[in-house]
Amino acid sequence: MPEPHDDLHDLHDSPYEGLLVGDDAHWAFGTGFEDPLAGVDTTIPDGIDHAALATYCLMLGDDALVASHRLSQWCSNAPDLEEDIALANIALDLLGQARLLLARAAAADPGVVPTLPEGSPVPPEDALAFFREQGGFRNVRLVEQENGDFAATMVRLLVLSAWRLALMQRLVESRDAVLSAIAAKAVKELAYHRDHAGRWVLTLARGTAESRRRVTAALDAVWPLRWELDRSHPVEVALAADGVAVDPGTVTDEVDAVLEQVLAVSGLDRPDVRPVGPHGGLTGRDGRHTEALGLLLAEMQVVARAHPTGRW
Amino acid sequence: MAGSAPAWEAAASVTDPEMPMLTLADLGVLRDVSAEEDRVVVTITPTYSGCPAMATMRDDLVRTLQERGWPDVEVRVSLSPAWSTDWISDAGRRALQEHGMSPPRPGAGGGGGGPVPLRLLPVRRAVDCPRCGSSRVEVTSEFGPTACTAVYRCTSCLEPFQHVKEI
Repeated sequence: MPEPHDDLHDLHDSPYEGLLVGDDAHWAFGTGFEDPLAGVDTTIPDGIDHAALATYCLMLGDDALVASHRLSQWCSNAPDLEEDIALANIALDLLGQARLLLARAAAADPGVVPTLPEGSPVPPEDALAFFREQGGFRNVRLVEQENGDFAATMVRLLVLSAWRLALMQRLVESRDAVLSAIAAKAVKELAYHRDHAGRWVLTLARGTAESRRRVTAALDAVWPLRWELDRSHPVEVALAADGVAVDPGTVTDEVDAVLEQVLAVSGLDRPDVRPVGPHGGLTGRDGRHTEALGLLLAEMQVVARAHPTGRW
Repeated sequence: MAGSAPAWEAAASVTDPEMPMLTLADLGVLRDVSAEEDRVVVTITPTYSGCPAMATMRDDLVRTLQERGWPDVEVRVSLSPAWSTDWISDAGRRALQEHGMSPPRPGAGGGGGGPVPLRLLPVRRAVDCPRCGSSRVEVTSEFGPTACTAVYRCTSCLEPFQHVKEI
């Protein structure tokens, strides 16, 4: 409650004073953090390797988290206001998917969650996002690349969302009820993302000579990292055999067909570029990343890491 | 559910924080309410995975039910089946319309098997301007101020409006 009126605590002198009065329900979006899977039955199906399930959830969750962060970097920088809002909406959908998947990873294997100081209020999903080292991230290298220009962002979003949509459609059949439910929601969202990116690639390709030059350059830059999405990781293969995950090798043809469709109507050639291979046999799925991820994480994590016991 | 009707009524009166003309029941996110003596368990479902309004909905439900005499309130989230705009009630559609928002068409959720078809042309929906009723409208942006809306413009009365996207 506010103090009795005196010179030092004059409510009219401090616009912040009133914010600390009463309950917290007047805040726009609730009171602090919450478990996005609160109330969801998170029982893990029999016979499933908990550590593998956690790793798989990190793969899909980190793709979404890192892509979301890159898209959010367009806020106030997009070509127009509508596009700014569109990119923020897509980033928000992906962030929602990331929250659910990281929470699922933490529930499946608490061992993946970084240890925080005693008394830290940071929930597991946030500990995974903000306190994990670069080598613990399992996202593909495609999503961590710097945004580049708008054309590069749209080509990257097209490739990611075409792949993720095909994958999530199959993941709906997962024996894991949580993954199945996350996938069912994601399918509806990703269909919008993919259409949006596809339309922009078409628009840029059929636009001006400059926009066409840029989208062609973007395809050449993004394509070499595409294959990593389709490359089956041992964790994905093992869990796919258990009926929990989707082997990404099984979606390649469908994704190819979608991308070919966009290229055909856009009058663009399929890029003739060499894929960026694994590094020492390892890829992003193993935690081997490019420099871009380290810089991204430094920015994304700095505030949380400076205040590991902070309440937000 | 015999003793749950008053609790359902109380929970159903809570409004959506982003679209306050809709109750959670009208929006279709209120899935179940079961009450037993002092305790109520409310089940809600998110519209979109990243819907930032979930925490507020949860707080509002707890506060409303406590005010109406249930001290012990638990709010559960059900992710499955995934929310569809088909779950918005007729009263909810009318409320959207009355507040200048174009309601989603029914029958748009679901979707059969097979790959989701790519749509490279602007989505054509049978949308009427909620202000003047004209069907001469165009999409300004597929993404609006909240996750669930697209932005349209009426070419008759020239007013912009939001359309709740079918999912």
